[in-house]
Amino acid sequence: MKRWTLWLPLGLFAFFLGLAAYQLTQPKDEFVPSTMIGKPLPRFDLRAAADGLPGVKTADFTDGKPRLLNIWASWCLPCIAEAPHLASLREQGVEIVGIAIRDRPEDVARFLATHGNPYMRIGADDLSEVQLAIGSSGVPETFVIDGEGRILHQHIGDVRAADVPELIGKLQEAGQ
Amino acid sequence: MKALIALFLAVAAVPLAAQDSMPPAPYAYRQLDDPAQEAAAQALMETLRCLKCQSQSIADSDAPMAGDMRHQVRTRIAAGEEPEAIRAWLVERYGDYVSYAPQISPVTWPLFAVPLLILIVAALILRRRIGGKGGE
Repeated sequence: MKRWTLWLPLGLFAFFLGLAAYQLTQPKDEFVPSTMIGKPLPRFDLRAAADGLPGVKTADFTDGKPRLLNIWASWCLPCIAEAPHLASLREQGVEIVGIAIRDRPEDVARFLATHGNPYMRIGADDLSEVQLAIGSSGVPETFVIDGEGRILHQHIGDVRAADVPELIGKLQEAGQ
Repeated sequence: MKALIALFLAVAAVPLAAQDSMPPAPYAYRQLDDPAQEAAAQALMETLRCLKCQSQSIADSDAPMAGDMRHQVRTRIAAGEEPEAIRAWLVERYGDYVSYAPQISPVTWPLFAVPLLILIVAALILRRRIGGKGGE
């Protein structure tokens, strides 16, 4: 046996040690992407989350017009940060449907009064059932839904100014 | 400096404030009446990952979303659904990531095959060495 092969196990050990050390210094990926992209929305029918706005059901998404489905909550701080950008989407003619996770009508109403209302309708998801059924793992998340009610795209985290054109692009793609 | 402290406080305050005030789901903390069903639910919940607190199972976590997931698991098992069907339902939505149970798939089979291969190679080498010596 050649001399250098004696060092092979130590070399392998050092390689794995280095690999582990490298992985430890890498930031952890906190996002769990939905694997429902390309699939139709599950069947659901949610009561209205606040007075004056209708609730949300699957059939609302199948009229041929693409829209955004925003998973949010009045108790969610990043949702405050994304409110102005949802408002600018709304101003540009985008229809946004909201689903409020584990929320009270009075809290939803207070949030809308303070931060504005970009939503056409808001459904109340008290047991996170719809959230689980579409593979969403937190608030806020924004889904692009095509005119037949299929999920085309998932945006995890708050919508920022730079995301607005991207979401509009995805909606236009969905409309073609 | 003041701004820095304010920024730090703002960041540190998020996990505290970002929590809803709704009561937990009915079956988040309540066990099923049938002990056999509860045992099946418990076994499944211990192998499902909490999506909010990714290093815990939903059985371990007090996050509201984990509570909602426990509620789903318990009510579905009470309705007669098989635990593995519930796992498959979640994997369909979140990928393999949501399950702690090891699964042999096109991506993971080397994890199971490589140790076997190494054992076989080691056995062959040993046999050649020991066998070779015995033959001398």
